[in-house]
Amino acid sequence: MMTDLNKALNEFCLRIADNSLIHAQRISEWTGHGPILEEDIAMSNVALDLIGQARGFYTYAAQIEANGKTEDVYAFHRGEREFRNKLMVELPDNKDFGFTMMKLFLNGCFDYLMFRDLMKSTDETISGLAAKSIKEVTYHVRHAGDWVVRLGDGTQESHERVQNSLNELWPFTNELFEQDNIDTLLITNGIAFDKESFRSEWTKMVTEIFAKATLSIPENNTYFPTGGLKGVHTEHFGFLLAEMQYLPRMYPDAVW
Amino acid sequence: MDINVKTDDVSEKENAFNDSIQAGKVIEPKDWMPEKYRKQLLRMMSQHAHSEVVGMLPEGNWITRAPSLARKAILIAKVQDEAGHGLYIYSAAETLGMDRSEMIDQLLAGKAKYSSIFNYPTISWADIGAIGWLVDGAAIVNQTVLAKCSYGPYSRAMLRICREENFHNKQGYQILAYLMRGTQEQKAMAQDAMNRWWWPALMMFGPSDKESPNSADLLKWKVKLFTNDDLRQRFIDRTVEQAQAIGLKIPDDKLKWNEETRHYDFGEINWDEFFQVINGNGPCNKLRLKQRNDAHTNGQWVRDAAKAYAEKKKTN
Amino acid sequence: MDSNHQWPTWEVFTQKKQGAAHEHAGSVHAPDGEIALLNARDVYGRRQEGVNIWVVPSNAIIASSPEDAGSFFDPANDKMYRSPNFFKTADGLKQI
Repeated sequence: MMTDLNKALNEFCLRIADNSLIHAQRISEWTGHGPILEEDIAMSNVALDLIGQARGFYTYAAQIEANGKTEDVYAFHRGEREFRNKLMVELPDNKDFGFTMMKLFLNGCFDYLMFRDLMKSTDETISGLAAKSIKEVTYHVRHAGDWVVRLGDGTQESHERVQNSLNELWPFTNELFEQDNIDTLLITNGIAFDKESFRSEWTKMVTEIFAKATLSIPENNTYFPTGGLKGVHTEHFGFLLAEMQYLPRMYPDAVW
Repeated sequence: MDINVKTDDVSEKENAFNDSIQAGKVIEPKDWMPEKYRKQLLRMMSQHAHSEVVGMLPEGNWITRAPSLARKAILIAKVQDEAGHGLYIYSAAETLGMDRSEMIDQLLAGKAKYSSIFNYPTISWADIGAIGWLVDGAAIVNQTVLAKCSYGPYSRAMLRICREENFHNKQGYQILAYLMRGTQEQKAMAQDAMNRWWWPALMMFGPSDKESPNSADLLKWKVKLFTNDDLRQRFIDRTVEQAQAIGLKIPDDKLKWNEETRHYDFGEINWDEFFQVINGNGPCNKLRLKQRNDAHTNGQWVRDAAKAYAEKKKTN
Repeated sequence: MDSNHQWPTWEVFTQKKQGAAHEHAGSVHAPDGEIALLNARDVYGRRQEGVNIWVVPSNAIIASSPEDAGSFFDPANDKMYRSPNFFKTADGLKQI
């Protein structure tokens, strides 16, 4: 039996891992279809970083659970209601590069601040994973931020398109900061940190880039989607899982 | 002899050029070269680059369905390398005076050729293994030789590519090896892929040189160093043993070791199929072109925006 | 067809390790220097290949012509005294 603290730590790892994996799954859809060869290569690098993060946190989650689970059991043998990723990352990109970059930017700024704090975690595995991840995320934020600026302040068309992406994605950013009693327990033990504590910093980070990009944060939002923490996802998510998991589900005894 | 001698006599220059190639000189972009050399190289290199880029599609098709996280990461890195290889070769080809955009336009308009193999569909996970092992295996045989070709930028791009390509070959072989020691269904999946990819892989080396219109010139100029048949034989010889090691059967009744020639004899290749596919009538020709065109069209606004932004920053 | 989509090319030089000279790696297309730098990192740094990158607009490179080779480099041929090996001194000495 896991202690309450271990249960919380396991859940905490799965939340990060799921978010990175599902984000990577969406970004990897671009491989071979990018707007230019160089960008194709860049997006593959981002996807690989995110998969690496997911694998690191799944592996630690499995270690805590200590019942023989592996990264692949978490990724391929859990259902919709068991995934803990934020709704934003599962939204389909529909080959809209601006949407992908905006998503990467908004989530990336959050991850950057989260990993920066987690580097100070009293749990050495967590702080180690955070130290590795923050280098990757720093690059994602720069890459995506550069593109948000160029698309925002590029042509009339690109400005409108990426402003629309921002309008669509902004309400989903509220969920990034959600936390519950799992977080509270870990915060008390110095393992995790209060996400609210860097909210204003996050807002400053994104606002600065939006100013350069001549983009404006949409006002008068009345609906802020939520559900990831409880495993209540969008309609898109089932399709994503069906695709991702089909082989291991179809041949449960197979080793690949 | 110096190929940069100051003379206006083209045939004299060309003789000097041919001699210097025979003597092992590597040609660099600013060196004088016969127009035909430049054209043949450009044709070959752009086809090669197109093959890398179109080659991303059949494998990319399985990235979102890779059956483990390790396989997913490996496959993304592998397909990403193909983009890189396309990029290196386009770069090398640009030194001959044609913009990458022009080459890509030719591809998108359906005017440029690329390797026939990528017009076959990837319909099972085992196909990803077969492509890495057989298709990249065949490509390595080709590219190892091209790394010694007479044109400097091409040869340098090939050196870099060969270093990276061995990983592709091994990951493909490993996928099949795992399937072959797995369940009955997995074994069947692997053998099925073998049956479908073996012959198209042999076709990759192109028709027999007797029927290959450009071969003589390319060999003379050391753009090619061996004939298509030589390379095909080399590929078969090294692949048969690998197939046997994991229990895959090669779908050719006539395949047999020949003690006299010290090579494998093999059956008749269906060249009708090859010419059908290369001329646009393979299972996926239309799909591949559509996928490339869609990516290009979808990305136009992005490329335009970045350009407009750069212009603005220049003037401000 | 529209060839207007071409971004300019940039030559990429990578430094393999601290203290080593930058070496030419290849080229990338990019709309501006910042993106050229990122592209160079993504294209030529996938395998831990360096610690530093330069990107230079391709058209900023001035190259000597093959025809110049004779006049540029041959005159150095008869000045072997620039090489330390030119100087034979006493045998058996470890230095000088």
